[in-house]
Amino acid sequence: MPGALDGVTVLDLSEWIAGPYAGKLFADAGADVIKVERPTGDPSRGVGPFQGGTPHREKSGTFFYFNTGKRSVVLDLKREAARDAFLRLIDGADIVLESFRPGVLDRLGVGWERIHARKPEVALVSLAPFGQDSPYRDYKLTDLTLFGMCGEMYSMGVAEAEPMKMYGAAALVQCGASAAAAAMAALTVGETRGLGQHVDLALADLQFNGTDRRHATQIGNQFSGRKTLRAPGGGFMVLGGVYHCADGYVLFVSANQHLDRVRAMLGRPAWLEDPRWDDPAVQFDPDAIGEFDAWFMPWCLDRTKREIWALAREHRVLCGPLFTVEELYADEHFRDRDFFTTLDHPDVGRVEIPGRAVLMGATPWRISRPAPRLGQHTREVLTGAGLGGGEVEALIASGAAAPANGAGAS
Amino acid sequence: MSAPRPLEGIRVLDLCVVWAGTYATCILADLGAEVIKLENVHVFPPMTRGGRARPPKEMMEGALAWGTGYPNNEPGPRPWNYCPTFVQLYRNKRSVTIDLTSARGKALLRPLIEQADVFVENNAVGTAEKLGLDYESVRAIRPDIIMLRAPGYGLTGPYRAARTLGAHLESVTGHTLLRRYPDRDPSDTSAIFAGDHMAGSQGAFAIMAALRHRRRTGEGQMIELAQAEAAAPMVAQAYMHQAFHGSPPEPVGNRSIYGFAPHNVYPCRSPGDAEDGGDRWIAITVTSDDEWRALRAEMGSPPWADASLDANAARLARQDEIDAEIAAWTRDQDDYDLFHRLQRAGVPAAPILEASRVFGDPHVRARELNSPQTLPDGLGPYLFNNPPYRFPATPLRHDRPPVALGQDNEYVYTELIGLSPAEYQAIVDAGDAGTEFDADIP
Repeated sequence: MPGALDGVTVLDLSEWIAGPYAGKLFADAGADVIKVERPTGDPSRGVGPFQGGTPHREKSGTFFYFNTGKRSVVLDLKREAARDAFLRLIDGADIVLESFRPGVLDRLGVGWERIHARKPEVALVSLAPFGQDSPYRDYKLTDLTLFGMCGEMYSMGVAEAEPMKMYGAAALVQCGASAAAAAMAALTVGETRGLGQHVDLALADLQFNGTDRRHATQIGNQFSGRKTLRAPGGGFMVLGGVYHCADGYVLFVSANQHLDRVRAMLGRPAWLEDPRWDDPAVQFDPDAIGEFDAWFMPWCLDRTKREIWALAREHRVLCGPLFTVEELYADEHFRDRDFFTTLDHPDVGRVEIPGRAVLMGATPWRISRPAPRLGQHTREVLTGAGLGGGEVEALIASGAAAPANGAGAS
Repeated sequence: MSAPRPLEGIRVLDLCVVWAGTYATCILADLGAEVIKLENVHVFPPMTRGGRARPPKEMMEGALAWGTGYPNNEPGPRPWNYCPTFVQLYRNKRSVTIDLTSARGKALLRPLIEQADVFVENNAVGTAEKLGLDYESVRAIRPDIIMLRAPGYGLTGPYRAARTLGAHLESVTGHTLLRRYPDRDPSDTSAIFAGDHMAGSQGAFAIMAALRHRRRTGEGQMIELAQAEAAAPMVAQAYMHQAFHGSPPEPVGNRSIYGFAPHNVYPCRSPGDAEDGGDRWIAITVTSDDEWRALRAEMGSPPWADASLDANAARLARQDEIDAEIAAWTRDQDDYDLFHRLQRAGVPAAPILEASRVFGDPHVRARELNSPQTLPDGLGPYLFNNPPYRFPATPLRHDRPPVALGQDNEYVYTELIGLSPAEYQAIVDAGDAGTEFDADIP
């Protein structure tokens, strides 16, 4: 069965995290995603974690994860012959993704005007830190500065310490997912109306107006004049927070505890049968919280996170154990759902990674191949675009294009 | 009149709760789809138009603004129309109230499903089944429907029945243990809800991909999105670390998972403190030796930043010491001034913005990220988020303010379902097509 995006060709010039993740989502849904890399490769090939622990451009876990399912062609767009080859690729493309600093594509001579003139129904989706048109147009963003300025980092953490970011590249990955939706809409317009356009996305905008609580803090402040401050996630209500248990931590939090369910989960201890606990105000009373915790904390310490969560699920109480990724790889639920995909890569070896974002009933969602080696598909892609064998070899000989080195090269 | 938006002509039924599905339909609405929220005045769904239908005023004091910062710190006559936790995601949508638990309500829904292209729900597993709205039942009415179901852990597997909100999902998906302060208990950072952005975006993406498949083949389909799975890419590098090294990575807080240094958050001159939201911070991230040289020059090439720190490996080994020096340098500076200065020198830096400062930012204003919108009951105007995508040939817009409960009852019942005015009035009189939750719902 073909994927939902069968027959779609994406030229993905994007680098690092956000753009590549958007491109990966297209590949997972069945599109042919051609990753156009500069001769030194996507810079994310230079960051870890590395298989074997030593930096190697084919062994970056970051590059690997965000580029599965793609084919890699190396073009040095600073050379005219490479630009001509790139325009031949445009002829077969439905959508182009890029994340260069604003103006770079134009300066290379393959900007929007050139692409549009070449194939009017193709959309160019540009994903720049602050967009193509902003007072901060030339400024840079990293995951920390992006989330700090544009996401809701200010209120994350505790008052006595600095604001705390999300893990790793989480904010950039969010932006990649958001950009994929925008790119899919652009593809829709291209396919249904033959209308290409230059979609101008800013990482900043996708965080400022996204969904990670920032939307709520923005409007809550205007409504009430109050601010959303850093406050610990626990201790403010009965059964609200992270609790130590026998083998780690569990989280319990709810806007409105169903006390009947909590009683059942805890085996109906006599003290909790007291009707005074049913008063909603008691949920927020510090003395009551202390009284509850004095009994509940030892209860947790006697049980594992999985035992506690099983009880919570049985009694429909909101709860979540704090898992490590080690536990997630081994977890029965995600195994049961075949969440992981095993891939073989000539340099990385056999590796198992988290799988799809969705399951689609009629059109499979799959990771069809590991991330490409740099230039692994240079010959195949250029030949597929109609260049003759002699033309391709001339491009390679001149340095305008490059195939992969060593084993696995096509 | 500008060109039609990308999804104009597509109709979406939205039976979503909380944020994940709600954000997916928000994206579709921004892109021009007609999104109709299916609501019920007799049932107050958990965490969807508020924690409670009628929160007592005492609950508002002391709590954080994102949760209970209702307009003017009053619940107001219809709190469900302006709960700050949810209202932003109701832009560009319509709302109908219909009692889906009753035979009459189910019969009324039928013609709506017949006219719908997409049905989205993200309730706990079992809710849609109980309402007779599982995929097979919906497809029996509209054979080429595209249905997205987005429960927390999916429709199968041992955790399928688990109740969950974003905070629990993040714990289960590994995020909570990874993002913490390295020297503090994880309870100090348990209140981030990052998975909804992923579920909403990828849900919208998958729906549009399925619409493409339907255009080509006439075939609809069921899409299952487990929020826990959709959120996994946010911790991708931790998974890869585990896969390569057989152990999870240590939490690094605000430092770089790639080992770039310096990379942290530093104090700035502050008009107040963390208790009043007046503390100011700047994030500075050096990701290359060039950026380090630029930062060093901006700091006036202090003696401590000598040639022994030219290489990243050396900076990484001494980052505690470097962070202390940088903090001493930033402490008396204005965060925005320093932001511009460092960025112009080529160093990635940004102020950590408390939400009320967003609206004054020159980028936010220049990009028109917000527009004034008025809520029912004479509230506003307030600045609400606009669609964040810029499509020059098919411009997006915020043309419907966040929808109030039952605001489009007349349109949906008469124009779409096709009731006569008298038939519609009967539904109103029966109490189903209302604009207020039942008075006995707390």
